[in-house]
Amino acid sequence: MTHSKPPLWRDHRFWQIIVQLAAVICAILIVVILGLNLNRNLQQLGIKFGFNFLQQEASFDIGETILSYQPTDTYTRALLVGLINSLRVAIAGIFLTTIVGITAGIARLSDNWLVRNISLVYVEIFRNTPLLLQLFFWYFAVFLSLPNVEHKASVLGLIKFSQNGIELLGLNFSPEFSTLLLGLTFYTASFIAEIVRGGIQSVAKGQWEAGRSLGLKPSLIMRLVVLPQALRVIVPPLTSQYLNLAKNSSLAIAIGYPDIYFVASTTFNQTGKAVEVMLLIMLTYLTFSLIISFLMNLLNHTVQIQEK
Amino acid sequence: MQEQTQIIVAENVHKWYGKFHVLKGVDLIVDRGEVVVLMGPSGSGKSTFIRTFNALEDYQEGSIRINGITLSNDLRNIELIRQEVGMVFQQFNLFPHLTILNNVTLAPIWVHKLSKIKAKELAMQLLERVGILEQANKYPGQLSGGQQQRVAIARALAMQPKIMLFDEPTSALDPEMVREVLDVMKNLAREGMTMVIVTHEVGFAREVADRVILMDSGSLVESATPELFFTAPKQERTRKFLSQIL
Repeated sequence: MTHSKPPLWRDHRFWQIIVQLAAVICAILIVVILGLNLNRNLQQLGIKFGFNFLQQEASFDIGETILSYQPTDTYTRALLVGLINSLRVAIAGIFLTTIVGITAGIARLSDNWLVRNISLVYVEIFRNTPLLLQLFFWYFAVFLSLPNVEHKASVLGLIKFSQNGIELLGLNFSPEFSTLLLGLTFYTASFIAEIVRGGIQSVAKGQWEAGRSLGLKPSLIMRLVVLPQALRVIVPPLTSQYLNLAKNSSLAIAIGYPDIYFVASTTFNQTGKAVEVMLLIMLTYLTFSLIISFLMNLLNHTVQIQEK
Repeated sequence: MQEQTQIIVAENVHKWYGKFHVLKGVDLIVDRGEVVVLMGPSGSGKSTFIRTFNALEDYQEGSIRINGITLSNDLRNIELIRQEVGMVFQQFNLFPHLTILNNVTLAPIWVHKLSKIKAKELAMQLLERVGILEQANKYPGQLSGGQQQRVAIARALAMQPKIMLFDEPTSALDPEMVREVLDVMKNLAREGMTMVIVTHEVGFAREVADRVILMDSGSLVESATPELFFTAPKQERTRKFLSQIL
């Protein structure tokens, strides 16, 4: 009796396969319908789908470039310049926001009342106001209100602030780049601070006690005992924040920083190639995200505690 | 001369958790090499009391001197005292992200500034002493409770403390693992370590302790040699306590 095979319609494995199949068929149908629809509309409007426009002359200028670029260059070159500008702000942003976020997260748990509450106020303000507003604040209220180049403010002679942006160790950063970088950094860091705080609090109190009873200083306990354990809780949500930062960099357009989205939207305005340009943008951000996810998964793998 | 023999001197120690009076003027003097077992019902303040010896708990009144150093709010004194006092916890509190070896070498390297090689030598010696040498490269999660607690003892010993505090070291263990931990503690006592132990292990107390103390509601009730404590207790409270655990 116990080994008799149930009829097919009562076999849970059968239903698992059926549900999977149904999902795949639905997905394919949706893509096909959308594709046919697109094709018909493009034909009605008399627009040909294709990426040949990429070889045409862009004939618009880009304010800030790392690669050499002139308006006589192709759209491909223009988009590449935008892509590199995006990468530049995203990579620098991820680096800075990690430092600011961890610092603010640890400060939230400080024994010092002032430090703890400064961090609290920072987190609540930056987490609860729109990023776009913050970008305008950095741009108009901070950078454009700074003294002009002749009267630039200097911190220890290492870093200089003026209307022309930030000068750090001889490197110049435009006010647009600086605005976007600081805006993204401080906005994302306010979320990371909460993630770090939660991660640290998830480590058992006994770990602190063991460290203290061994004579380790609090800063060492944090570094050697608590943070390494907190990381396994911190890293997965941290990935989401990095992804958010990379995607939010597209708000560059609001303050005129020529990132990939900015350049692509100019390209679209001039060529009318809406679908192609959208595809390129989607592909770009998807690639960003997949690379970040891949790297963070590697990191996550190394911070997970080994057991059994 | 007195300082030479008296290693823990606690006088009139009071502690409040908010309005709750946990320690009500406790006095205790422990001599060098003495093994003191603290017993008492849960909530009697015995864990809290020994945790004041290495400043894991603060206290509001009275004074505590450890090996001649007065325990005050002076951070340097607290650091000095913590280097003299090792502690073993009920829940082991090993560092789960570090191997057994690294659990033991962490504090010697960072606090005593030992070289990695010296620290490893020391750790291997201690792990051999507690019988865990073969497990040196495993992680705490891969060991049984008894093994973990023996590692915790080795970790504390690696700081070469003059006093070892044990806070219910066998209470979280499966019955068949209690013995291996008590055996390590017995050896330590035989080698002359000063030990203050909170435990309910009567057999161990009888065999190893120089003195057994009953604590109840934040005060010391009775202090006697194990022989007298278990066979001829003076206080009614002690008799009642013993009738419940024996």
